[in-house]
Amino acid sequence: MVSRAERAGTYLVLGVFAVFALYPMLSIVVTALRSEVAGRGGIHWENFGKAWAEARFGSYLFSSLVVSVSVVAITVVLSVLAAYAFGTMSFRGRDALFYLLLLGLTVPGEAVVVPLYYDLRDLGLTDTYAALILPQVAQSVAFGAFWLRTYFRSTSRSVVEAARLDGAGHWQTLWRVLVPMGRPALVTLIVLVFMWTWNEFLLARVMITGEALRTAPLGLQFFSGRSDTSVPLLAAASVLVALPVVVVYLFLQRHFIRGMVDGAVKG
Amino acid sequence: MAVGEPRRVGYLYALPALLVYAAFLLFPLLHGGWLSLFKWDGLSLGTFTGFSNYGDMFAEEGALAAFGHVGVLILFFSVLPVCIGLVLATALHRVRIRGLPFFRTVLFLPQVIAMVVVAVAWQRIFAPDGALNFLLGTEGKAWLGDSSTALLAVGIVGTWVQTGLAMVLFLGGIGKVSADLFDAARLDGAGPAGEFRSVILPALRGEIGVALTLTVIAALRTFDLVYMMTPLGGPGGSTTVPAYEIYQRAFHTGQVGSAAAIGVVITVLAFLVTYVITRITGRERV
Repeated sequence: MVSRAERAGTYLVLGVFAVFALYPMLSIVVTALRSEVAGRGGIHWENFGKAWAEARFGSYLFSSLVVSVSVVAITVVLSVLAAYAFGTMSFRGRDALFYLLLLGLTVPGEAVVVPLYYDLRDLGLTDTYAALILPQVAQSVAFGAFWLRTYFRSTSRSVVEAARLDGAGHWQTLWRVLVPMGRPALVTLIVLVFMWTWNEFLLARVMITGEALRTAPLGLQFFSGRSDTSVPLLAAASVLVALPVVVVYLFLQRHFIRGMVDGAVKG
Repeated sequence: MAVGEPRRVGYLYALPALLVYAAFLLFPLLHGGWLSLFKWDGLSLGTFTGFSNYGDMFAEEGALAAFGHVGVLILFFSVLPVCIGLVLATALHRVRIRGLPFFRTVLFLPQVIAMVVVAVAWQRIFAPDGALNFLLGTEGKAWLGDSSTALLAVGIVGTWVQTGLAMVLFLGGIGKVSADLFDAARLDGAGPAGEFRSVILPALRGEIGVALTLTVIAALRTFDLVYMMTPLGGPGGSTTVPAYEIYQRAFHTGQVGSAAAIGVVITVLAFLVTYVITRITGRERV
């Protein structure tokens, strides 16, 4: 039997850790609503408007949106195609190619950013969206192919065979049968790649030199480095940067946890 | 891996992914290895120097310090969160927790927030007029501006980010252990310590492996946090890390070859860490 004291203790401990996890985030939300003038009370929603317009976070968030949506879309399509091949077909060199792709799970992005910069500079691609999109697709597609291959291997062969008997070719079988059935695995992949791309900082720091294409995390770094930035505005900007991923997380938290834990070790 | 029917068309399906991967990950990786053999400032012609960039790393304080700092960060990013997670999982597993989804959502939250935002939040806490000084009654101490505490402060943020991950993993894992195992251990006269050793530790081996791999790699890759919280490598260079050295050398001090060499070393370390931890904890990945 579990005593009442033990039950209370359990919730106390969990409560303490929940407060520890929440406090930094809540305090930044509270700061974001404070007046820019010290000592003046009240709730100041206009800080968000100012961060959006005057501090240009509207533009930074737009850049992040363009990059994230592109990376997610391209990654999902390429991963579906590759995982279908690696998971359901057999061809010479298949396993070797798959393991080569798997290497990408462990290669740290920090290690390739320097050569990548010089490669893209030679191609004239630095300070473009492509410089942010293509390398992140390359990193994510390794995880995507690995993640979806597991799904394709677990779908019963009878489903594929039934589709075949109905006269579907391999292309129709993939898009009309397997992809619709694989929605949960796809949603997990989409939210993870979205989070990785949205939060990415170093690549943007290196590739983006002008102000026009600055992503939200990069914009926040510049904004926090300016001496004339007020604390409430910086906090409001931080909330804006974090919010999109947090909102998606609150609705789809199971996908985040499952993907990060089961698909462990993404480099 | 014998599943699947023979189909040449498989190459076509795999091709687009492999092309992007080869061009924007594999090629830069090899290019980085090549660059690491040169002294090059990024502008003029480089000179081939063989492995001297690697040799210099061991002779030179800057690089060694950066790797030493990662060693300290691993304590905060990995060891501490895993220990806390294990203690709590052991302490809490007997009670069926109501509202577990809520706690899981909250504890895991730090994992999904951009590191630059995390840095801003904790900078406020560590500031001279911040919450930590208020809590400890130490007035006006600049935790991030003091070379004896800056790395510690960064480490604490790491603990904050990673503890939830470990707890969620272990609470999930322990929920799958059948109650019979705990009963059997207790019948054998095992106390809490014995129960921990004979039931919990073996049952959570896989989860411990996942937690250690993810968190050690995170410590090894630290950049955003240090770059945002302690500009220019912190007071007296006390918070430099390999990723910071890579960035600084390649783009500010004209030592591209040396930066590439550090990149190669952290890549090798990442593979080593993954391999060794997987071996020890016996986790199957593929």
